[in-house]
Amino acid sequence: MAGLHIENLSMRFDLPDGGSVQALKDVSIDLKPGELLSVLGPSGCGKTTLLNIVAGFLAPTEGRITLNGSRVTGPGPDRGMVFQQGALFEWMNVRENVGFGPRMKGMKAKPKREIVDHLLDVVGLRDFKEKAVYELSGGMQQRVALARCLANEPDVILMDEPLGALDALTREKMQGLVLKLWKETGKTIVLITHSVEEALLLGERLIVMAPRPGRIHKEYNLPFADMGVGRDLREVKKDPRFAETREEILSMIWNMEEEIMGSAGEPV
Amino acid sequence: MQVIANLWGELLTVLTAVGTALPYILAYVALILLLMVVWSGVKRLLRPRHDYGSLKTVKFGDESAVASNTVASVISIVLIFVLWGAFTGSRLLPGFLHMPGPFQGTATFDYTLTGPDGATDDATVTVLVHPADVTTADPEVDPGTGIARNDSIAIGMFRSALLRVSDNDEITRDDGAEITAIDGSPIAPGGAVRTGFGHVLMTPKGTLNIAPSAGWQMEPIWLPPPEAVWSQAVTIARDGFRGASLWEHLGYSLFRVVVGFLLGALVGIPLGYAMGLSDWFRGWFDPIVEFMRPVPPLALIPLVIIWAGIGETGKIILLFLAALWIMAIAARSGVSGVRISKVHAAYSLGASKWQVMRHVIIPNSLPEIFTGARVAMGVCWGTVVAAELVAAQTGVGMMIMVASKFQNTDIVLMGVIVIGIVGFTIDLGIRWLERLMVPWKGKG
Ligand SMILES: Nc1ncnc2c1ncn2[C@@H]1O[C@H](COP(=O)(O)OP(=O)(O)O)[C@@H](O)[C@H]1O
Ligand SMILES: [Mg+2]
Repeated sequence: MAGLHIENLSMRFDLPDGGSVQALKDVSIDLKPGELLSVLGPSGCGKTTLLNIVAGFLAPTEGRITLNGSRVTGPGPDRGMVFQQGALFEWMNVRENVGFGPRMKGMKAKPKREIVDHLLDVVGLRDFKEKAVYELSGGMQQRVALARCLANEPDVILMDEPLGALDALTREKMQGLVLKLWKETGKTIVLITHSVEEALLLGERLIVMAPRPGRIHKEYNLPFADMGVGRDLREVKKDPRFAETREEILSMIWNMEEEIMGSAGEPV
Repeated sequence: MQVIANLWGELLTVLTAVGTALPYILAYVALILLLMVVWSGVKRLLRPRHDYGSLKTVKFGDESAVASNTVASVISIVLIFVLWGAFTGSRLLPGFLHMPGPFQGTATFDYTLTGPDGATDDATVTVLVHPADVTTADPEVDPGTGIARNDSIAIGMFRSALLRVSDNDEITRDDGAEITAIDGSPIAPGGAVRTGFGHVLMTPKGTLNIAPSAGWQMEPIWLPPPEAVWSQAVTIARDGFRGASLWEHLGYSLFRVVVGFLLGALVGIPLGYAMGLSDWFRGWFDPIVEFMRPVPPLALIPLVIIWAGIGETGKIILLFLAALWIMAIAARSGVSGVRISKVHAAYSLGASKWQVMRHVIIPNSLPEIFTGARVAMGVCWGTVVAAELVAAQTGVGMMIMVASKFQNTDIVLMGVIVIGIVGFTIDLGIRWLERLMVPWKGKG
């Protein structure tokens, strides 16, 4: 059974005061190899929790996850992670960061160097190999994070708001890069975002989650990711279907927020 | 209640002292401001301003906004030495910068003796004021004639001396003679007369107290001039002090600090790691560490002396304890401070628990450990000096303690300066090592 299967996942956090939070309730997702899924939802709806469970950092209270037929019971190199920021190792330079996964596997220096050089070419950081990561801009750091993740040849790449800390222009460039990598590597990708546009652009499939308890609210199959590969993403955004879907999702999330805040919820 | 009254009295004494010092402090601040204005004027003449930095008047909170002005630092240090030299009559300074010094040389004054019958006669007292560290015989003078006879006395600089001038006179005090005037000015018991070289006072019993002017300068026994301190440093570096050279004393102190600190780090860092990684270890050691941390190492000196004597073992135990808690706490917060996403990233990249420890947790904790090491070294250096003040055969602390017992103020001052320089150098060294080993510090 190839692909990533999330079955009836529920997660309840027990709070120190005796209460508990139902972060996820009955979430099921099936991903075929090579699919690109974006997950969208208001803050606190359990997106990070979902990703952490898939990555194996958290054990769900109910449900199970299988990847290519074997059950997920902990973190592993078959599922790579890209975090928002600050997950690079400052004590290593760019080359060492990218080569971290191969090094952990005990790979020999020569094949490791080939992998690192190739990936740095792919993400456009060939000339920054020996730089310290804190000398790079935020966008470059995320390129390193992508390359580091790819160096390990994971089956699935999990991204938790990977572009959330970048400025708009850099962000747009990076969205293009993510699409390019997706097409070129054929990896299965789960990307979490709270930007509706990003979710539309980078989701072959798009899941909108609702909070309290965190659950799947609606699912879309979208053409924009395929359209966007190798093209200017601004062209894609001009597509009338794009604007239509965006408006639909925006008002959906707007209503969710209203429910949480009560009718007094004012736009901020 | 008595205590409160006592403390209140003490407080008033302190406040009075502060009040006395206040004008000098204000003058110092005024000088700082004056030089600041002068310097900014000079700078504007040399290089007119092109930026808007001067508009930035509020610089609170952002420490980096204010960089240290090198010119101010240089002036500040030079001024300290100038003041020091001026008030000690240093030979390094041109004479016009000296504060008025103590009277030195020979002077005379006349006194008028009045006999019980009302007869008066004048006699001259020759006063020889000589450097305090040489003994000098009273100068020879011709006794002269009349009922009052001439006297002489040698007095060390900064000192005063009692002289019963009538003892050699025809009619002495015991016969009912009294001294009624000095240099023509009348004087009575308890009174004083100003003379060319200082003051002549009369005790209630009628003895003259000859007090040559001490000037504004400090007596070397209070504050020796810079060159005296320097020459003591040279002498002690060459000949040693109490059977050990300056370098040996320093070496002993540094040896204790380094060994104590290294032992403390060797135990403290693993302890901190264990506390940061295991809730059991954390629970076990938290009460001990949190209790021991606020106990000043100096308070342990008596206990350590009782247990281990005043030898090297006791000192090293003390410094070990001084460094131990600081290093343990630094390592603990270094471990707990690791961003969980870094650990997660490492696991997702296929790292084992041990590899996460080796490649993530430990390097991530290094900046905190360096910060701890800086603090610990400072505390250790202070503690070793204090411990040597209390009890030691060697070390810079012992050196200044013994010197102070013999009032060798120059050695004490030299010791204090050496202690400061060494402490500063240690800190610089650790900072240098820090830049070398954890260049990413504060940039994560
Ligand atoms: N470790 C935890 N302990 C308790 N509550 C948690 C924990 N992690 C997340 N939660 C709660 O679970 C809910 C979902 O959180 P999260 O997955 O971070 O949401 P999102 O990423 O969508 O913003 C939130 O209400 C949050 O407070
Ligand atoms: Mg989140």
